[in-house]
Amino acid sequence: MTGQPLLEADGLHKAFGPTKALDGASIAIRAGEIVAIMGPSGSGKSTLLHCLAGIVRPDSGHVRYQGAEISAMTDGERSALRRTQFGFVFQFGQLVPELTCLENIALPLRMEGVRRREAEARAAEWLDRLDLADVGRKRPGEVSGGQGQRVAVARALVTRPRAVFADEPTGALDSLNGERVMRLLTEAARETGAAVVLVTHEARVAGYSDREIVVRDGRTRDIAREMEEAL
Amino acid sequence: MSIGQTFLGLLESGPRHGYDLKKTYDDRFGHARPLHYGQVYATLSRLLKDGLVELDGVEPGEGPERKRYAVTSAGVSDVESWLASAEKPEPYLQNTLYTKVILALLTGRSAADLLDVQRAEHLRLMRELTRRKAGGDLADNLICDHALFHLDADLRWLELTAARLDDLGRQVRA
Ligand SMILES: Nc1ncnc2c1ncn2[C@@H]1O[C@H](COP(=O)(O)OP(=O)(O)OP(=O)(O)O)[C@@H](O)[C@H]1O
Ligand SMILES: [Mg+2]
Repeated sequence: MTGQPLLEADGLHKAFGPTKALDGASIAIRAGEIVAIMGPSGSGKSTLLHCLAGIVRPDSGHVRYQGAEISAMTDGERSALRRTQFGFVFQFGQLVPELTCLENIALPLRMEGVRRREAEARAAEWLDRLDLADVGRKRPGEVSGGQGQRVAVARALVTRPRAVFADEPTGALDSLNGERVMRLLTEAARETGAAVVLVTHEARVAGYSDREIVVRDGRTRDIAREMEEAL
Repeated sequence: MSIGQTFLGLLESGPRHGYDLKKTYDDRFGHARPLHYGQVYATLSRLLKDGLVELDGVEPGEGPERKRYAVTSAGVSDVESWLASAEKPEPYLQNTLYTKVILALLTGRSAADLLDVQRAEHLRLMRELTRRKAGGDLADNLICDHALFHLDADLRWLELTAARLDDLGRQVRA
């Protein structure tokens, strides 16, 4: 690995009561790469993603974004980091139900202080490119699951983040819609140079990544790399 | 793959030369495994003998390329009944991965490592197919998806097996 990674976790431990969710997990994400985090249910994938994104504070270990220790930041700094540098796509329930889809996509820009007209104009460009022109004025409750996930992809990318965190982004979709969401997400990320941290237990979804990290019992393994080094 | 019936189906749109049939077959169905000329002409002479194709015209000159083939009505019914009949599903009961897992458990080696290594290898191919899909047309996407779903099934089986390794090890060695 050359140069400083964009995002790096080292020796993370995190327990919830008696449950060790992370037990010495490490991962490094380079700028612009798409990394799948795979592993069985309950192995610690989501917890690792939350630590990387500064949502959950690990009990011990380091998380660095562009070399800066995330746990050393104030809450304000950390939420500014999430707002300006990161984008998020979850399995469901991430859109604000009272806002239209267009307003949902514009929301991260509005929170950065972009004026309404400009924010909505930029959001509308995403609607077009994600083939969503006719859902812009609907509310999340009035669109299909696949359309809702594409709206979420647009919302995650509208601020041109450096890293997008996606936790089972296709988990609730059928194969066709899942493929559509993954294509849009990965194409848009490649185009804008965003790295993607993609949690999935589906191999077909992991097929869109550049490489995979496997989590088991709270520990990470980079099997492909171990295989290469063993040669 | 039944080359004969596929030829008959391709001939339904009009008579063709053997070379033309081979080229269309390779483009649509070959997927980096083109037919040999020997296979092409052996197939055509069998279809001819069975009355499923007939010669549409023989141009003067040397070599097999002089012949044009047309499908007969018996040939059309043959493709039709082939398309209407079910393919026998693969039984999937002889499998090297399965043998490796059980053998590893029997001999006290790490089945978990074996599964991890196989997952990495499967994912490598799945990435390749996923990339190919991004650049291909819809017909090419279909065959890539066919492969991807089968690889995916292998991996689901691997994950399930990995989750059961401890119990499995106890039973296998008992
Ligand atoms: N907020 C929490 N409170 C208590 N326990 C938690 C919490 N979050 C996670 N855990 C536990 O930590 C372990 C790891 O959970 P995590 O959500 O990271 O797994 P996962 O790999 O994402 O699983 P899945 O594939 O099912 O989403 C699990 O045993 C889980 O029950
Ligand atoms: Mg999870």
